[in-house]
Amino acid sequence: MESKTKDLWVYIELKEDGSARSVGLELLNPGRALAEKQGGALVGVVIGDGVNAAVKEAGAYGADKVLVVEGPEYKDYSTDAYAAAMCHLVEKYSPATLLIGATPNGRDLGPRISCRLKTGLTADCTGLDIDEETGCVAWTRPAFGGNLMATILCPDHRPQIGTVRPGVFKKAAPRTEHEAEMIRDDFRVSADHIRTEILEVIKEAADEIVDLEGAEIIVSGGRGVGGPEGFAPVKELAAALGATVGASRAAVDSGWIAHSHQVGQTGKTVGPKLYIACGISGAIQHLAGMSGSDCIVAINKDPDAPIFNVANYGIVGNLFEVLPVLTKEIQKLKA
Amino acid sequence: MNVLVCVKQVPDTTEIKIDPVTNTLIRDGVPSILNTFDGFALEAAARLKDKLPETKIVALCMGPPQATAALKDCLAIAADKAYLVSGRTFGGSDTLATSYILSKAVEKVEELEGKFDAIFCGKQAIDGDTAQVGPELAEHLGYPQVTYALECEIKDNKLAVLKEGSDGNMRIGVPFPCLVTFTKPSFDPRFPTIKRKIAAGRAQIPVLGDDAFPDIDKTRIGLKGSPTHVKRTFVPVRKKSGLIIQEETGGASALKLAQALNEAHVI
Repeated sequence: MESKTKDLWVYIELKEDGSARSVGLELLNPGRALAEKQGGALVGVVIGDGVNAAVKEAGAYGADKVLVVEGPEYKDYSTDAYAAAMCHLVEKYSPATLLIGATPNGRDLGPRISCRLKTGLTADCTGLDIDEETGCVAWTRPAFGGNLMATILCPDHRPQIGTVRPGVFKKAAPRTEHEAEMIRDDFRVSADHIRTEILEVIKEAADEIVDLEGAEIIVSGGRGVGGPEGFAPVKELAAALGATVGASRAAVDSGWIAHSHQVGQTGKTVGPKLYIACGISGAIQHLAGMSGSDCIVAINKDPDAPIFNVANYGIVGNLFEVLPVLTKEIQKLKA
Repeated sequence: MNVLVCVKQVPDTTEIKIDPVTNTLIRDGVPSILNTFDGFALEAAARLKDKLPETKIVALCMGPPQATAALKDCLAIAADKAYLVSGRTFGGSDTLATSYILSKAVEKVEELEGKFDAIFCGKQAIDGDTAQVGPELAEHLGYPQVTYALECEIKDNKLAVLKEGSDGNMRIGVPFPCLVTFTKPSFDPRFPTIKRKIAAGRAQIPVLGDDAFPDIDKTRIGLKGSPTHVKRTFVPVRKKSGLIIQEETGGASALKLAQALNEAHVI
């Protein structure tokens, strides 16, 4: 099953306000390198209702072309409408490769369309390359809770599809004056083909939204904080740095902080500029979610904690002694 | 209500260690467990049954013969019936081939147990972590799907599913028959009672083998029927440790760290 083009597509998932989610723009960066190696164009795919902002962003961050499907039925994500639109586009324009951000909606859409198109999908990739022998995309992903990495090929089916974790790749520098060529496709889905309906959206209050994936600095607490009140110095340091508060699974499972703060295999994958792990031993499941951070700081009592193996800076010490002084010093430096 | 819960037996990945000499996974002695997320799916089915006691819960698992242990766990916790799909020709299947075989198994089990109103799966297995088999099974069957579910209830002849999204939770209405994959809810799944445990231990679990599905397309199963292939596996490289600070007091260490971060322009 050959594809008619060598093009590489990146699905640009939208936020509620119609702008692009960060992960789609991130994927244009490695997508560019793969597309050049494969000799195809880099195409952004935007599905939604009111897409101009995202089309612009896709162009600025590297897309040569942007394929657009627009209509009121795409205002909110639904598996039925989005899978129908994406499969229609793939069958009509025949890309060689499709990258999708491994967000909740991306991981809902990816398997649905790969199954309908009877092709292979590799989930949650953290590495992308071209396999020299076959010319296929070499998808690298963690398995066994991050203990093992596997490189996967899809040799005989097209398009080859992968979902890629947010935060693994960095966005390219934007080219503000660059505009991608926009191709509109008028594919529509009638209302009776959308079988699910949104009954209620439970918005988190503005101060409760935890944007770990987009955060530049994250301060996380683990088992070592000892209890819900132990997060106070963690939160104070985060406030001083303008950082988002994260947590390990141990802290979340103990009920000290909400699951939305969890970093790791069963939480969010993050890639901030600075990650400060407080009282986190560094189980492999946690490392799988944060080892892509640019700079890692670990504060832990146990000098043998595995977190120190990935840390750029480590303090062996009691976090309740370290954090208040660190917070004050940072406030001073920032003043 | 007739609910099918699809489960997988997995190695307990929290118990996996790396052999420091050969740099490979040590699989020996790692316990096999019922996949954690599948336990949440089973709990969701059990909660429907709490409200509608005439509900029947059937558990389905594909795997080697020893995977019956996971099905016995399901019987002990809440399932009324269990079926194992196990055959040599099924081995080596990737998610697409696995979900295809499971779709044939669903048809077969429905001949014996009646149509299922809902199929519940775990969001993903903790060994493969793909989260693909559920949605792919839904596609094979042509059912609507809801993923990342936390809990569900029957409302106006539909299933109302509370699910996680990127920007908070939402409630989705989906008609029957449907497929729902479950993630970790805010409550703990129930434990088996002693009585159920004893009964589960004695239960005979029917096996659907290589010849159980006469109309299966053999070119779409097993290693050869799988579009994706594992090229290689390796143990992730961890970068070497950086600057370790251990002064007399925590405060002194903190000051040294702040200085180092400031000089490196990290803050």
